[in-house]
Amino acid sequence: MNETPAIELRKINKRFGQVHANKDIDLVVKKGSIHGIIGENGAGKSTLMSILYGFYHADEGDILVNGNKVTISDSKAAIGMGIGMVHQHFMLVDNFSVLENVVLGAEDSQLLAGGLDRARTELKRLEEEYELRVDPDALIEDLPVGLQQRVEILKALYRSAEVLILDEPTGVLTPAEADHLFKILDVLKKEGKTVLLITHKLREIMAATDMVSVMRRGEMVATRETKNTSMEELAELMVGRSVLLRVDKAPAVPKAPVMEVDNLTVTDSRGVQVVKDVSFSVRAGEIVGIAGVSGNGQSELLETLSGIRRATKGTLKIHGETIDLGTSSLDAADMRAKNMGHVPEDRHRMGLINSFSEYENSILGYHRDPAYSKGVLMDLGAIKKAAVEEIEKYDIRPPNPLLKTASFSGGNQQKIVLAREIERDPEILLVGQPTRGVDIGAIEFIHRRIVELRDAGKGILLVSVELDEIRALSDRVLVMFDGKIVGERGANAEEGELGLLMAGVEDSQLTVEGGVQ
Amino acid sequence: MYEIFSEQILILDSAIRLSVPLLLACLAGLYSERAGVVDIGLEGKMLGAAFGAGAVAYVTGNAWLGLLAGIAVSVALALIHGFASITNRGNQIVSGVAINFLAAGLTAVLGQYWFSRGGKTPPLTDGGRFPEIDFPFAEQMMDVPVLGLIYSELLSGHRLLVYIAFLAVPLTWWILFRTRFGLRLRAVGESPAAVDTAGISVSWLRYRAVIACGILCGFAGSYLSIAISSGFGLNMTAGKGFIALAALIFAKWRPVSAMYTCLLFGYLEAFAINYEGKEIYLIGEVPSQFFQALPYILTVILLAGFIGKAIPPKAAGVPYLKERS
Repeated sequence: MNETPAIELRKINKRFGQVHANKDIDLVVKKGSIHGIIGENGAGKSTLMSILYGFYHADEGDILVNGNKVTISDSKAAIGMGIGMVHQHFMLVDNFSVLENVVLGAEDSQLLAGGLDRARTELKRLEEEYELRVDPDALIEDLPVGLQQRVEILKALYRSAEVLILDEPTGVLTPAEADHLFKILDVLKKEGKTVLLITHKLREIMAATDMVSVMRRGEMVATRETKNTSMEELAELMVGRSVLLRVDKAPAVPKAPVMEVDNLTVTDSRGVQVVKDVSFSVRAGEIVGIAGVSGNGQSELLETLSGIRRATKGTLKIHGETIDLGTSSLDAADMRAKNMGHVPEDRHRMGLINSFSEYENSILGYHRDPAYSKGVLMDLGAIKKAAVEEIEKYDIRPPNPLLKTASFSGGNQQKIVLAREIERDPEILLVGQPTRGVDIGAIEFIHRRIVELRDAGKGILLVSVELDEIRALSDRVLVMFDGKIVGERGANAEEGELGLLMAGVEDSQLTVEGGVQ
Repeated sequence: MYEIFSEQILILDSAIRLSVPLLLACLAGLYSERAGVVDIGLEGKMLGAAFGAGAVAYVTGNAWLGLLAGIAVSVALALIHGFASITNRGNQIVSGVAINFLAAGLTAVLGQYWFSRGGKTPPLTDGGRFPEIDFPFAEQMMDVPVLGLIYSELLSGHRLLVYIAFLAVPLTWWILFRTRFGLRLRAVGESPAAVDTAGISVSWLRYRAVIACGILCGFAGSYLSIAISSGFGLNMTAGKGFIALAALIFAKWRPVSAMYTCLLFGYLEAFAINYEGKEIYLIGEVPSQFFQALPYILTVILLAGFIGKAIPPKAAGVPYLKERS
């Protein structure tokens, strides 16, 4: 029982500018175990692992490897301590062979020949020992992702890694490939290796790990033995019970549908289907919330509907017009012209240009509107006047339209985006993560605005990973898991039930067991 | 018949001389760009080296010291480029252009200040210039038909740097594909993150590549001022650095192809000089500007996808940034 842990972290802190990515993280990883770390995207898992691998440096805190306090100054030091990492985005040279990738950085000598020969023999041995077969002379770019990942694992083993970190390893894998990976991890464990598995998928944690630690918003909130916990508990820990949100709103009075989505399928650049045959409608005067652990296709759904991303197939009915999303070339401007506002999920990446001033940002996407132009020139007077009105109406502080948006707080930045979209009087508003990184006061304000828009008879599609927000605002809740809508609930959906749906437990099972609805 | 043959041998002979600076600069660019640092400053480095070599060779009367000076100047300029684009992650094109301007201006100003000959360096004495190397029995072989002409005109009688340039081709190939340094160099130009996570310093690797680039540009510039001519002349590189860059793209960043491409571009230049104002059989007189433009035209045709595909190293021109800000 008193065995020294393979890895121990004490009070690790890491900040990126204003973002506190890791707060006082403590973690103990037992030798020869598979230890899962679960949390939503942006919870700080990858940052923590990058610190362990010497890719980033912790601002504060201690790292102990086999009971000895160490300084991991770079990846070389980490490799020297027997820590290997399989990154979420593979660190492979695409036009190199498997062999060349394996020896890169561990070449033995100035001349390649000797090192390559040794690697070839060693790879053969590893292949047999761990059942990791791959052709050493194949080029990486010709291999499917599953095999590329195998090369990453071989790379770590070739450097005699004792601790193997896998960062979101199944994100790019098919279910069959993922199952095979878990078998490999089991073999690794039997050989005495320690595995750290980073993921946001509950099912994988339950299937593959001995221990699980949960991260939320940069903090380590709990560590459990996998056999003594449940998906439900983990889901709750992951999403967290933030401040209880109450929004005063009358029951919705929905009218005719303003937007109908049918059989929408979206494939991402890797060729993986991220939205799978999704159909739903939004009616005038209602808020439809899409719940789900992030990374289950909600972002891609929102981006497709707003015209940023192309769909593989599916139709969109809007204002009585049927658009074939598989073939249409409508872009974000076209969708805006159809009276569809869009508050993107990531205001820094898509909502604002932070080096522009507030008034410039206040017409972004609507800059072609004749109301803001005089011939080919922008009508700066009209733009500033509108900006000042929005600043007053939305209580944006500081009330200075000339200031760069970078100097506003997160809540005020979000209000700038929200004001821009709502004040253009859209029939449909797509809202993604409206209160991410926003203070409580602004949250209430933003929620009130969204409900007002609903009461004015507009249709709203809300995507949020905050379950409380979904429950507080939505008149109907759709749960997305693995690209599909796996369940629909009314305004008073129970948190536990939604949590299970979000974790991928099937709806039919729920209704049979729980007898809800 | 034999006259056409001997004329072609003479054109080829001058093609070799003209392709040497291209080849050296092209290989220089190859080291840099294979490591992910785009170098539009080949021209400037060559010019700086030509001036340094010309000046020092004149003052000391020693070609070897001149060569060393040329390399030193070129490496110094290369390090400026490295500091801007590797350490400070600046825009590599801007930095390269700046080096071209810096070299063009400084060589003219310093040349005028030191030697007062309108920017030129004074003509070199014999010791200041690399001599021609005659192969054994070159004189006697002259009379042997065909082979004799090839041996004594084409292969023999060039200056040392010519042979160095052509030896640099297999050497570069060997370094790139048979050594640890070469493997890492190619990797860092494709995927610096893979190199970094393998525990290798991306910066140091790229600096070494940039220094190698500087050394080869030093040879190229020195060749111009203290081998093929006797002294530095104002702006004597005359765009050769850019043609070398075009050749690098044309050769798809491969050393042996680089040699063939540079020979082709050198041949075009020699052809143009030889037929300046003369009628070409069946075609008539062709303006020499046409031949000067041909390397660029060919490169554009290549880039447009007509002669295979030129895919640059994936990370070329992209500064490597690890930490999020």
